[in-house]
Amino acid sequence: MVETANAEPHAEHPHGDPSRRDFIHIAAIAAAAGGVATLAWPLIDQMNPSGDTLALASIEYDFSKVVAGQQAVIKWRGKPVFVRHRTPKEIAEAKADDHAALRDPATDASRVKPGKEEWLILIGVCTHLGCVPNFGGGAYGGWLCPCHGSVYDTAGRIRAGPAPLNLFLPDYTFTGPTKVKIG
Amino acid sequence: MSGHSTYEPKTGIERWLDARLPIIRFAKETAIDFPTPKNLNYWYTFGGILAVCLVVQILTGVILAMHYVPNGDMAFNSVEHIMRDVNYGWLIRYMHANGASMFFLAVYIHIARGLYYGSYKAPREVLWILGCIIYLLMMATAFMGYVLPWGQMSFAGAVVITSLFSALDQIIPGLGTAITTWLWGGFAVGGATLNRFFSLHYLLPFMIAGVVGLHIWALHVPGNNNPTGVEPTSKEDMVPFHPYYTVKDGFAISAFFILFAWFVFFAPEALGHVDNQVPANPLVTPAHIVPEWYFLPFYAILRSVPQKLFGVLAMFGSIAMLFALPWLDTSKVRSMRYRPTARIFLILFVLATIGLGWCGGKEPADMVITMGHDANNDPTGFSVVWFSRILAIYYYAYFVLILPLLGLFETPSEVPTTISTPVLPKGGSAIPAGAVAAPEKKG
Repeated sequence: MVETANAEPHAEHPHGDPSRRDFIHIAAIAAAAGGVATLAWPLIDQMNPSGDTLALASIEYDFSKVVAGQQAVIKWRGKPVFVRHRTPKEIAEAKADDHAALRDPATDASRVKPGKEEWLILIGVCTHLGCVPNFGGGAYGGWLCPCHGSVYDTAGRIRAGPAPLNLFLPDYTFTGPTKVKIG
Repeated sequence: MSGHSTYEPKTGIERWLDARLPIIRFAKETAIDFPTPKNLNYWYTFGGILAVCLVVQILTGVILAMHYVPNGDMAFNSVEHIMRDVNYGWLIRYMHANGASMFFLAVYIHIARGLYYGSYKAPREVLWILGCIIYLLMMATAFMGYVLPWGQMSFAGAVVITSLFSALDQIIPGLGTAITTWLWGGFAVGGATLNRFFSLHYLLPFMIAGVVGLHIWALHVPGNNNPTGVEPTSKEDMVPFHPYYTVKDGFAISAFFILFAWFVFFAPEALGHVDNQVPANPLVTPAHIVPEWYFLPFYAILRSVPQKLFGVLAMFGSIAMLFALPWLDTSKVRSMRYRPTARIFLILFVLATIGLGWCGGKEPADMVITMGHDANNDPTGFSVVWFSRILAIYYYAYFVLILPLLGLFETPSEVPTTISTPVLPKGGSAIPAGAVAAPEKKG
């Protein structure tokens, strides 16, 4: 009897509950949507960094051979990290521009560790489209990105070109007089 | 597609098959008997040329995949192995690499043909949009294919193109970074990125083939446009696809293959970059990076905008314009043969696009016209970046200003009443000698 009543959902239902079929439809669709979402997430998330990639979190670097005026480029999590030994002149220039019109305002002191201001440690990835900026290029003596011409100063702050932000700072701590741990 | 079939199964097996899967009937209706305007010129052969290009790319690509190793440590060397050790590997790889350029050359001519003869207008909007989708898929495929040799240009290209999505950080902080990390499978472009690009590079051509099937279906519903832009009015306006256009397309394909072969055999690296002969190094970006020639106009538009997010939007928007085109052009006249003013603007549009391509290959600070030198002895004057800004503005103006307004204000020249009118002495309806229907029955 129930079967007969349900066969015509839009008809009058003197005996049955007209919302029963609606409920079954909604429940079935919700279960299917939930099932699809549950299955889709593993298929999407598999593209995120894998466990072994995430495990490569920190490296240690001995910068004793980097003399003033030089930079070393080391690889951390697949990205270049600039370890730049700044000259007093470069530090002075960076500090002098602390209150210039900056696109991404930051003082020089906020970009180095206290007492270690000759060491500027940055992620060497242009904040525009990810190229590796060239050391010493551009009007401010910092870096010049070869791809689209972004110019960074000696504190790694963006000064000209299409990049929106300063070069990023990695998490790092000085573990000894000539050692730094990045990550 | 029905109503023009002359197929009569002759043998028992054909009758048996025709009742179960009328595949021979379908092939005869679509590729042999299909009625086609009799006035199609050589610009209309590029559809056939493109079909052959796709087959060449899939065939050579499947073969290359037999020898290529999609691994960050081994990819570069496996390409060297293909070039040096695999029998005829050099030939197959040069066919594939130059085939991509030939594919884009043909598709640009095919698109320009559509722009000139108004092939995007009703009732062919869906046909046009499917073509735009094919073009997008081609760009994605070509980009990922260029990454696979894992040289310095491959790597830098992968970094720049995937980083386009980081512009979304300027809308929702963190969104762009999450997307790039997801695309890369790490915190930078690396081996995981290469592996997935290989997988997708193998997949997308088959998706292109699927959309090409829809494109041809959408072509066969309204039928071909033609250089007059006038819909055929009678059977006398039409000829069957075979032998008329099988032969015409075949000749054009042969001619096109001469150019293709010239590149493969005499200038196989002419369209490449020497930096890609250096293995990928994430710590160094080559001093001057440029994409492949077929992406240069869009690269120039990206660079012409000094703000990151708007640069990315301007680049993607330039392709979005193509999708909107059927509704931007307000003119009722289809072919620019009868729109003398629009024709001038289209020629300028093509020149502007080529000019943008030229700008994309230069550095932004290079000078188009040098007028002097500054204190550092660097040249000053009219720079490439300003030239590309002017050209990019024209590119957009063509779509959003010129075409919408021109259709309202221009005076088109007289449009013929039928396809045959322009070539007949009295503009009459006489059947030209020789162009009889069903010529295949002449023996």
